[in-house]
Amino acid sequence: MPWTPDQPIISLKDVHKSFGQIEVLRGISMDVMKGEVVCIIGPSGSGKSTLIRCINALNDIQSGSITVEGQEVHDQKLDMLALRKKVGMVFQQYNLFPHKTALENVMMAPIKVLKQNRSEVELRARALLKKVRLEGKENAYPGELSGGQQQRVAIARSLAMNPDVMLFDEVTAALDPETVKEVLVTIKDLAAEGMTCILVTHEMGFAREIADCIYFTDKGVIVEYGPPQTFFENAKDPRTKQFLSQIL
Amino acid sequence: MKKAVTPEQIKGHLPVLLPTRKLMLSDIPLHDRLFNIWTAGALLIAFLASAIGPSFAQAGAGPARSIITILLDWTPSIAKAFGFNVLISIFAMAIGTVLGVGLGVLQVSPRAVIRRPAWLVTQFFRNSPWLVLLFYCILLIPFKITLFGVTIPFPGWIKAVIGLSLPVMAYMSEYMRGAINSIPTGQWESAQSLGFTRGQTMRDIILPQTIKRVLPPWMNLYAVLTMATPLVSIVGVSEVMSLTRAALSAEGRVDLLIPMYLYILCWFFIYCYPISTLTGRLERRYSVKL
Repeated sequence: MPWTPDQPIISLKDVHKSFGQIEVLRGISMDVMKGEVVCIIGPSGSGKSTLIRCINALNDIQSGSITVEGQEVHDQKLDMLALRKKVGMVFQQYNLFPHKTALENVMMAPIKVLKQNRSEVELRARALLKKVRLEGKENAYPGELSGGQQQRVAIARSLAMNPDVMLFDEVTAALDPETVKEVLVTIKDLAAEGMTCILVTHEMGFAREIADCIYFTDKGVIVEYGPPQTFFENAKDPRTKQFLSQIL
Repeated sequence: MKKAVTPEQIKGHLPVLLPTRKLMLSDIPLHDRLFNIWTAGALLIAFLASAIGPSFAQAGAGPARSIITILLDWTPSIAKAFGFNVLISIFAMAIGTVLGVGLGVLQVSPRAVIRRPAWLVTQFFRNSPWLVLLFYCILLIPFKITLFGVTIPFPGWIKAVIGLSLPVMAYMSEYMRGAINSIPTGQWESAQSLGFTRGQTMRDIILPQTIKRVLPPWMNLYAVLTMATPLVSIVGVSEVMSLTRAALSAEGRVDLLIPMYLYILCWFFIYCYPISTLTGRLERRYSVKL
């Protein structure tokens, strides 16, 4: 059955994942519609990062199903490249390629992986760097950029693959408070353009402002979810209440 | 019983909190640095004098040429022979490096069928005496190979190059394995999430980053290899040591022995010392980063 935009772009059904004896995800189900912005919050060790790493197959799963645009992610026959083209990911530690300039970092995957024309890719890469407000930093190496700047290059690098979904794994957790904002503004721009985003974050204020839906995970299960207004003001589960009372 | 607390400790100046820094050459006062070099120089001169001195005493007895003159007379031939040592070292290094990088990459393969044999080959050649490997190559490789009617000759020196390249390959393989494993896993993950295959990630992202880490040990290995090239004279390939022996027997002077070999040592020292100095400098420069 082909996927149509009125179906969830990402759908998880009863996903189980363990590392050895430790069960990290214990039956996660969630649906994300196209253009939706979803924030996943929860105490550390609750499986948030593992959850989104499973979505683009950086981690495998033991049971359950994850589909992206109707395609099963953990299917042995899956065309990995097709999945990676659809799903972009930004990491906490930026993971830029230190031996390449900002521009080259953005251009590398489209040229080497998608075999696109170099001059076209360069035009697009420059536009993307401009979009993340890094005009003039094209020739800087990652080591010469601040954490916030590096993270924005990483966002541009993912966008260069023209993904349909962006995954953000605690992208501001390693940043200075004053550079957090510049990254959040970039993500907000993306969300405003209709990009489907899944964020794992500790920035509650930001989550509340940007998210269409907030999921609270604890000990490998989704405890509660709902629109930010309801979630932050009328949390029903005692664990959610306790968590929110600690951080708000 | 409570230990006495000094006022410094109260203020938070515990010795353990003080910044530590490795002693650099530039930290040593210039006077001390000069003194050290001079000491080394003086020692060398004293050594030379003790070797050459007696020959001057003998030289006064007859019309024999002085040691210095003899050494100078032989210098062009020595230079030529030493050039051959350098040539052998460069070829062996080139072959060993190419094979070693390949073997090192195989050593980190996720497939055990590839990884295990690569590991075995590496360990075997890394733990074999260089001279034994040389003998093996000299004896096992035929002096010519005929393939499809084309005869490729294998003179002794090429066999020696191959023999020396084997340990170089093994060391290089280990350096590469270490360097590849030292690249943060985040690099692999981000490349993977951008759609790079394992091979593409290795070639375009991981290997370029290993160059900086492998360069210092690689240069060090080259210096060691150069110093090992006289081994090939044992298996009958002529180079600077065989020439020295020939020169000594041609001159037929016992007092020439020590100065002559010392002279050869100087050649190697002058060639290898800058390499090891540069290696040390690169190591210090790169140890700060990452």
